[in-house]
Amino acid sequence: MEDIALSFPDIRNTVGNIPVEWYKDFPHIGYNLDGKKIYKPIRNKDELDDFLDKMENPEYWRTVHDKQTGSDIVLSDDQVELVNRLQRGQFGDVNFNEYEPMVEFFSSDVMIHPITNRPADKRSFIPSLTEKEKVSKLVHAIKMGWLKPRRVEDDGRGRYYDLWASEDSSILARHRMHLPAPKIPLPGHHESYNPPPEYLFTDEERALWEQQDPGDRKLPFVPRKYSSLRQVPAFSHFIHERFERCLDLYLCPRQRKMRVNVNPEDLIPQLPKPKDLQPFPTTQSLVYRGHSGLVRSISVSPSGQWLASGSDDGSVRFWEVCSSRCMKMVQVGGAVKSVAWNPNPSVCLLAVALDSVVLILSPSLADKQVILSSERLLSAQQEGEEPAEGNGSVVWSEAEGEELNQGVRLKIQHPKAVHQVVWHAKGDYLASVMPDNTSHLQVYIHQLSRRRSQNPFSRNKGLVQCVSFHPIRPYFFVATQRSIRIYNLVKQEMTKKLQANSKWISSMAVHPGGDHVICGSYDCKLSWFDLDLSTKPYKMLRHHKKAVRGVAYHRLYPLFASASDDGSVIVCHGTVYNDLLQNPLIVPVKVLRGHVMTHDLGVLDVTFHPTQPWVFSSGADATIRLFT
Amino acid sequence: MGGLQKKKFERGSATNYITRNRARKKLQLSLPDFRRLCILKGIYPHEPKHKKKVNKGSTAPRTFYLLKDIRFLLHEPIVGKFREYKIFVRKLKKAYGKTEWSAVERLRENKPTYKLDHIIKERYPTFIDALRDIDDALCMCFLFSTFARTGKCHVQTIQLCKRLTVEWMNYVITSRSLRKVFLSIKGIYYQAEVMGQLITWVVPYQFSHDHPVDVDYRVMATFTELYTTLLGFVNFRLYNSLNLVYPPKLDSNAESEPKEESEDDYAMNSESYLEKLSALSASLARVVSSAEEEEAQLDHFPTEGIRSAQMEAREKELKQQEAQKKLFEGLKFYLNREVPRESLAFIIRCFGGQVSWDKSVCIGSTYEMTDETITHHIIDRPSVDKQYINRYYIQPQWVYDCVNAKVLLPVEDYFLGVTLPPHLSPFVEEKEGDYVPPEKLKIMALQRGEKTGNEQEEEEEEEEEEEEEEEQEEEEEDDNGDEEDDEEEVAEEKNLKKMEEQRSQGKVIFKVTPGKLKVENKARLEQEEKAEEKRLAIMMMKKKEKYLYDKIMFGKKRKVREANKLAAKRKAHDDAEKAKKKKARK
Repeated sequence: MEDIALSFPDIRNTVGNIPVEWYKDFPHIGYNLDGKKIYKPIRNKDELDDFLDKMENPEYWRTVHDKQTGSDIVLSDDQVELVNRLQRGQFGDVNFNEYEPMVEFFSSDVMIHPITNRPADKRSFIPSLTEKEKVSKLVHAIKMGWLKPRRVEDDGRGRYYDLWASEDSSILARHRMHLPAPKIPLPGHHESYNPPPEYLFTDEERALWEQQDPGDRKLPFVPRKYSSLRQVPAFSHFIHERFERCLDLYLCPRQRKMRVNVNPEDLIPQLPKPKDLQPFPTTQSLVYRGHSGLVRSISVSPSGQWLASGSDDGSVRFWEVCSSRCMKMVQVGGAVKSVAWNPNPSVCLLAVALDSVVLILSPSLADKQVILSSERLLSAQQEGEEPAEGNGSVVWSEAEGEELNQGVRLKIQHPKAVHQVVWHAKGDYLASVMPDNTSHLQVYIHQLSRRRSQNPFSRNKGLVQCVSFHPIRPYFFVATQRSIRIYNLVKQEMTKKLQANSKWISSMAVHPGGDHVICGSYDCKLSWFDLDLSTKPYKMLRHHKKAVRGVAYHRLYPLFASASDDGSVIVCHGTVYNDLLQNPLIVPVKVLRGHVMTHDLGVLDVTFHPTQPWVFSSGADATIRLFT
Repeated sequence: MGGLQKKKFERGSATNYITRNRARKKLQLSLPDFRRLCILKGIYPHEPKHKKKVNKGSTAPRTFYLLKDIRFLLHEPIVGKFREYKIFVRKLKKAYGKTEWSAVERLRENKPTYKLDHIIKERYPTFIDALRDIDDALCMCFLFSTFARTGKCHVQTIQLCKRLTVEWMNYVITSRSLRKVFLSIKGIYYQAEVMGQLITWVVPYQFSHDHPVDVDYRVMATFTELYTTLLGFVNFRLYNSLNLVYPPKLDSNAESEPKEESEDDYAMNSESYLEKLSALSASLARVVSSAEEEEAQLDHFPTEGIRSAQMEAREKELKQQEAQKKLFEGLKFYLNREVPRESLAFIIRCFGGQVSWDKSVCIGSTYEMTDETITHHIIDRPSVDKQYINRYYIQPQWVYDCVNAKVLLPVEDYFLGVTLPPHLSPFVEEKEGDYVPPEKLKIMALQRGEKTGNEQEEEEEEEEEEEEEEEQEEEEEDDNGDEEDDEEEVAEEKNLKKMEEQRSQGKVIFKVTPGKLKVENKARLEQEEKAEEKRLAIMMMKKKEKYLYDKIMFGKKRKVREANKLAAKRKAHDDAEKAKKKKARK
């Protein structure tokens, strides 16, 4: 070894046993004993060099690369021998004998001398304090119950016994509020591995299923068909489903739901048969054609022989009811909003509202006697003093010339557009409506015999839709947008206000008895008020699909009708009893159709024949129809 | 007015409920412990009738428990055990930290455990209650018994589940209480009638599970803990009721004892015993060995006519059931190795058949394939090389369909390589107006005893086709008739309209046309009248009732629509098939 040290310079590295990578980025690889840098070999060998070396160098197999110095070391024979020995698992030292005879120190032979002459320790014959401490700790722990004797493990075989040997109902009391979880629904044909073909999804159904949210799907899986049992794969959601069931069992709030198990037939109210409630109009029997615009208003003469109609084409036509023949036509020069026949049978007059004028027509379609009496009524004022101009805004004037020939007798000029005219039952008073939100001048009551007009209201209580006189007593009904007010004309005060529970009242009719009112509204409702009962509707009928335009009572029969924009007229039976305790009986008896929808408008007005159970309706299709 | 002002939410329903968090605080439990307690004790949230009142005016989504339930939990001894366990974990951690291995060992030995017996007794005061709730327990145990013994849960749990399910199946076999089976795409459904209770459970197909990541196995394990206890007690009671030995022992004097040699293949005796039990091929030992099965017989009571009719019906049902119980009696089955052995062995044994399989498939095979007395060989492959002449080679669906039909179905449809008839769910009970698949009708006819040969059937089918066609034509004619009527009406109306128009235009053409005799269909008129009456009455319904009525009618219509859709689909399919057949013939 000495000569080796002399012959080669000592290049041992002093950096110690550190990872060589730490010097990766440096040109040197460490320091020698003198503290000088040991530089890395200038050129690293590449694969080719290595290979050439392997082929040419006979010493290659015993060359080892020293990472610490970066140099290659050729092992000597001794070193190779050492490596071989170590690889074989032998001792490195050649001279070491592994199999030397054993010297037995502790044998069965008792010797007379001890092996060592050391005297025994004192602690070997004194009880140990630390041990005592430990034992006492354990004893204490056992006493205190902290330490328990080892538990005997039962294998679970014998741990079951007859739990329900003594069944008592004492615990049952707690279960009163218990809601057992519903069982999992049983599988249907869909779930079969080989379902009938109709249960499989078509392509559309499958696409729909895939698009749907998992919560919305009707089936949580896609039905599949396998031709034999061996082809059925594992269901990938099995564990999921069980887990979800577990979650449902302990997390899902439970509530007792009373399932309504009703027969839908029982829900339908038991009403008297329409057959038993006859007579009522059932079929369309006559159509009155002639108008070219929508017919806004119709009215039947008190005798029941004549029908007057006012249309948007600016004409008022008079029809004979039985023959549907147009007897007379009066061009009034403006869209007619409303026509009303004087209910007094001894006169023959018609009020017509158009623009801001109310015309009084004498159609002279009656006996001479009647015509004379009506002429007398109209001319009664002329003979007396000049009309008192109580209200400057309303001007009464007589018709002249051509108009007179046509039958127009009087013109009442209003300050605003008139929408409706209504007669009092006696036939002397006439009310006109001029809807206006801002003024209190919305209703006028005209007296024909004295040619006087007055405005009964001094304050604006809302947009007036329509008005009506009480058939017997001195009451006056005013329907505003959402309510109906009833005024006493004698006492000049409001007696009642009816809440219609609808958004916008369109029409109103008063029962000939005077104790009941129906009103239709644009939100498809028809409300029946019993004035003796309440100010709220006694009954709301929602049988129209569209806005209700007109309502009417029959004068004699217990019938009422409503006309709507859906093109139908619904006739209902409405018996009213004198007994205050008995509520009116309302039964729809017939849906009459016939009118054609034009411009989204159906039937505009409806009215009954005064004596027969017939109903007239006028529509937006420029026709008037009679249903008998 | 004197008196104190009443405060809100201090009485009434607000005081009957408690939110989950408050309940947890009251019990002083962590959320996992609370969850475990709820699962074990069967406490679930309640949905209050007026949620806002209970929620003290707030509309925040909260779950509510009944206060009584939570109070009841306060005295549960298991809560103490939970705390003990918490302490144990803490001590163990400490011992680990100090590397006191002896302490760790000592602690481990005294790990606190709890029993659920009292909870079972409390939740199910009577045995019938327990049976009623056993569905979920069975499903869970059957699922756990198919888990691999690695990973997701303790091996002991899996073994216990396996043992309990095997015991259950053995009970069902011995009591012959299986009623229905169904091969679904999810697994195999079984329905048994035990002590008057219908119990349904589903067993997954024998594949290794693809364990999903979003499943909390702790929750499942807690449920399984409860369910194994429940199922154990139920099994014990059921075995006792049949005078069987529990834990089950194989009948030692039965002939079909598995051979001794196979025992060497198993390392542990207990394991091999369980395997033998789970082979389901041997009968069980009884406490009173000579006990013959008592035939259930209805006592005859002198009764009046009406009740006796009921009794007759019941008797008939019972007879049918008895017949079903002996469905496979006298038949000898052999299972090929690719069919689901456990399921088939279970079913065949349930109905009194004998079954065996290849020795290498499972322990407990009783006879070889070469046995000449085998009547049915169940096989699920397209073809076999060697066929024995004196046995039927059938596909496994036959067994399941027979059980559901309660009669032995003709084997021809189930032969090797034959396209199987659809497998129907036995759980669907068709009401009036529901869609009934034609296969079901066929089976029902078979049950009634109307035997139809295959050829005959075909002929019938053809006849049916013809009839159908005829019917269709007739229907069309009917439709045409209706249409004609309608057309007449329409035409009349048109005429009227025309005339009206002409009249209004002033061109009145008087014309006398020969009148037609109008035949009034009285029945139809009456029907129309009735329909109109109904329509009018519906108009008078109150809003609430109308809503309900509309809803009910909507549901009904939807049902009809669905049934029609299925029927149409079926018809389209059949037509397509027929067209194909015809093409093939040509």
